[in-house]
Amino acid sequence: MSQYKVQPGPEAFLPPSAASMGIVLPDPGEAHIEGRIVPEEEAYEEAARKLLGAKVPTIFPGPLVLWKWNDKAAQKATAIRKLANSIPCRLIPMADYRPKYPKIDPEVEINPNHPNLTIWHNKIDVCIFVGVHCHQANLALKIIRGGTDCYTMAMCAQAGHEDACLSFRDASVEKIERLTAAVLKLKSEGVESQADEFTQIKLNRQGRIA
Amino acid sequence: MSKDKIQICEDLADIMPPEYQDLVEDATYGDQDRGWKDVGSSKELIEQHSLCAGCPESIAFRYVLASLPAPEDTVFVGSTGCTSLVFPHVAVQNIHSLFGNQNAIASGLHRALKVRFPDKVKDVVVLAGDGATVDIGLDMTLQSWFRQEKFTTICFDNELYANTGGQESGLMQKGFVSKMAPVGKLFDKVRLPEIARESGCHYVACLTVSKPNRVEKALKNAILVAREFGPTFIQLYTPCILEIGKQSMEGLDEMKDAESIGGRFVYKEYATDDVKKFLKEKDDEAKARKKAKKSAKA
Repeated sequence: MSQYKVQPGPEAFLPPSAASMGIVLPDPGEAHIEGRIVPEEEAYEEAARKLLGAKVPTIFPGPLVLWKWNDKAAQKATAIRKLANSIPCRLIPMADYRPKYPKIDPEVEINPNHPNLTIWHNKIDVCIFVGVHCHQANLALKIIRGGTDCYTMAMCAQAGHEDACLSFRDASVEKIERLTAAVLKLKSEGVESQADEFTQIKLNRQGRIA
Repeated sequence: MSKDKIQICEDLADIMPPEYQDLVEDATYGDQDRGWKDVGSSKELIEQHSLCAGCPESIAFRYVLASLPAPEDTVFVGSTGCTSLVFPHVAVQNIHSLFGNQNAIASGLHRALKVRFPDKVKDVVVLAGDGATVDIGLDMTLQSWFRQEKFTTICFDNELYANTGGQESGLMQKGFVSKMAPVGKLFDKVRLPEIARESGCHYVACLTVSKPNRVEKALKNAILVAREFGPTFIQLYTPCILEIGKQSMEGLDEMKDAESIGGRFVYKEYATDDVKKFLKEKDDEAKARKKAKKSAKA
């Protein structure tokens, strides 16, 4: 039997979980690319290439980095903002996990129960999850793989995600910064961002201000 | 945890949708005198709900969430039923348990929180329908009361299994005919408030949600008493307008009828003497706080 590859969908209405297809999680110091275990360094470069090569690269920061639980969360938020600026790419928050269908504004937020709405609406072709609790990330990654053609990546603070097309594990401020460095290195080597022109969305209590 | 914890990281604050910015700026976390009167003037902890239009349960949810003494340190335990449709939308930690298991889950949770946060007051509140509380989960409900577990149990009593089409429940009134119980209930409505009192609950209240002041008072009493004494129980009548053949705007009238003299939900409250004394002290403290607030404003 050939090895299953965790590739962008649309795979099916009910895609199989990657774990059930034999995909295993990376050990510390490793990552996986489409289910293949690789050294972390290789994954940084591949992730940076994917982000730079995308038309609508997007970071989905989750509650663990959006809310100021502690100083580390704030530092991660700072690192994520730097990463977004370096690519440059959109930042669309997953502020909590409450289902918001049909009230969700898919232009400015994503929800794990129906992440496909945000992907479809913004035509996102590459995304990276950071700071989303594992069980919700697994749910969202599977839905995205099932119904969209978006390439998914996960910067997981625990053991990584089989259901992402590319996954890091043990995410920290330092690891986010290493991904930023990988992006900047590629750019210095002449790799240009293919992202469509966009304005980073800004919101206040009255609504959208940019 | 307090309002200090509910902050957004500065570097990502400008991408947060307005409702979350409102939650940080305008919710009533940390205010021990928060209550139903904050509804409409501050950010509510319920964003939207998926109940039927005009469902009295939705307003009961609003009053309950607005009246929690410390929502940031409260964990709800829910069960299967209409209430479980709402929990995913609320900004209070909550756990969905297997149908009927809610009081057993809450017992373990309360003990775990005590070990994990020995110096903090953490409130556990069970909120389930009558099917989960009285029929399927009666064993778990009673055992937690027998064991004197220190948490509050709230039963949203709509007198049938509304979520599944109107089957008969133990709290249905005698003789009532519903869609899935065409013969009519053959025996009396279970007298749960009295059972709760005899099973060791230190504070018991049975009421409708037609009067928000009463709901707020009963909820606060129940939670404060549960912290100090032991189990408490509140039974709230939240009629299912669909299953009893009412229109969306008739829920309030139905509750008012049910609480009028001779009705099934005439307000009743049981408390031990120690609890009455304790609640009197708490009332005096609240009044003193209000007075101080007023004079500070003036």
